[in-house]
Amino acid sequence: MSQSITTGQLARRVVNREKTLILDVRNTDEFDDWKIEGDSIEVMNEPYFNLIDGVGPVSEKLNKDQEIIIVCAKGNSSKMVAELMEEEGFTNVYDLEGGMKAWSEHLEPVKLADLDGGGSLYQFVRLGKGCLSYMVVSENEAAVIDANRMTNIYERFAEEKGATIKHSIDTHLHADHISGGRQLANNTGGTYHLPPKDAGEVTFDYASLEEGSGITVGSTTVKVQPIYSPGHTVGSTSLIIDNQYLLTGDILFVKSIGRPDLAGKADDWVGDLRDTLYNRYKELSDDLVVLPAHYSFVEELTDDGSVKARLGDLYQRNSGLQVDDENEFRKMVTENLPPQPNEYENIRQTNMGKMNPEDEKQREMEIGPNRCAVHG
Amino acid sequence: MMEAAKVLDAKGMACPMPVVKTKKAIDEIESGDILEVHATDKGAKSDLAAWAKSGGHELMEEAEEDDVLKFWIKKA
Repeated sequence: MSQSITTGQLARRVVNREKTLILDVRNTDEFDDWKIEGDSIEVMNEPYFNLIDGVGPVSEKLNKDQEIIIVCAKGNSSKMVAELMEEEGFTNVYDLEGGMKAWSEHLEPVKLADLDGGGSLYQFVRLGKGCLSYMVVSENEAAVIDANRMTNIYERFAEEKGATIKHSIDTHLHADHISGGRQLANNTGGTYHLPPKDAGEVTFDYASLEEGSGITVGSTTVKVQPIYSPGHTVGSTSLIIDNQYLLTGDILFVKSIGRPDLAGKADDWVGDLRDTLYNRYKELSDDLVVLPAHYSFVEELTDDGSVKARLGDLYQRNSGLQVDDENEFRKMVTENLPPQPNEYENIRQTNMGKMNPEDEKQREMEIGPNRCAVHG
Repeated sequence: MMEAAKVLDAKGMACPMPVVKTKKAIDEIESGDILEVHATDKGAKSDLAAWAKSGGHELMEEAEEDDVLKFWIKKA
């Protein structure tokens, strides 16, 4: 009987940069589209159906005593392959419980800081998809920003901290993943905040997230201050937390910038994007710590596993912020864009409340990488 | 509809069983014959296509009827 490893155990290996060999047994198209990545991760692909009659195709390449973690789509084929390999004399094989489906749903919480106003700020890193979400905890209250679909993870975390989630905030209408924001607010009796300009077609009630109307977490002074910053969507709104942290949503990432085309309006929004990145953000303090809603490359993870960067530093080294010529910028963010995220239109419809797919369908819709960035 | 030499019912089976059973069934038919596979696991779609390709078999046709995925595979 082979042994299993959980997504949490694997996540900590990625964060701690422990050397790990992964054998991914999904079909090659799926593997090429999306796989487990990390500085310390070596990953090879051999579809399970090539191993049913014998594990020869992999045993030539691998040492029988080395540790191998086998990964498939949902966790069944990897078990089968692990057992086949053990029959062939491999002694140190594990299968990843729940496969890529579970990996896609794992959130790894990282504490970012103790806040001046009292309380703490946490980042939830979704390693399987590159999504980042946040929780501010102050006294017995919490606010969650850009919550993912797995709302129970935030609820459990807040409970451990002895806090009630009072606010759930989306910086924009997401197109790459299904928002957990509204569900989370429903579950905890909190308020769901969404920028009104992104909410034109939504089918539910929400509180307007607008510049000038701040949100306070806890009875102390952890301030969440909205800054209108359109470009990825027309409503995109950034948040300054505790005067130190700038949550940029999908407008500015550590190594790239947001793409303006996911609602079909690249030409209309490119001017907004330019204005936000080259004017509005520039007026803010260089010392703000940028906390985006995504990352694209594992190199963006810092030593503690979080993704963050000083705003002033990004103006020096983020290639999307170095394009002085406006036409060149326009070209960069409207041409040569990466493929659009899988199912992004259905995901938008779901986030507007116009579609209500079952859980299993929601999972399928989210499979694959996020593709919200333009790499200059 | 294509004339199948054999019909495999893999409905209700989860990955990897649809492909494992398909592989077994194709061993039992003659080269050039057609195997018809019925499955409900969504993952079977891309896996069967990839498996057929890697074995040189030809995926002649696929269809979806009432949530059942149907495949017709010609043995190499």
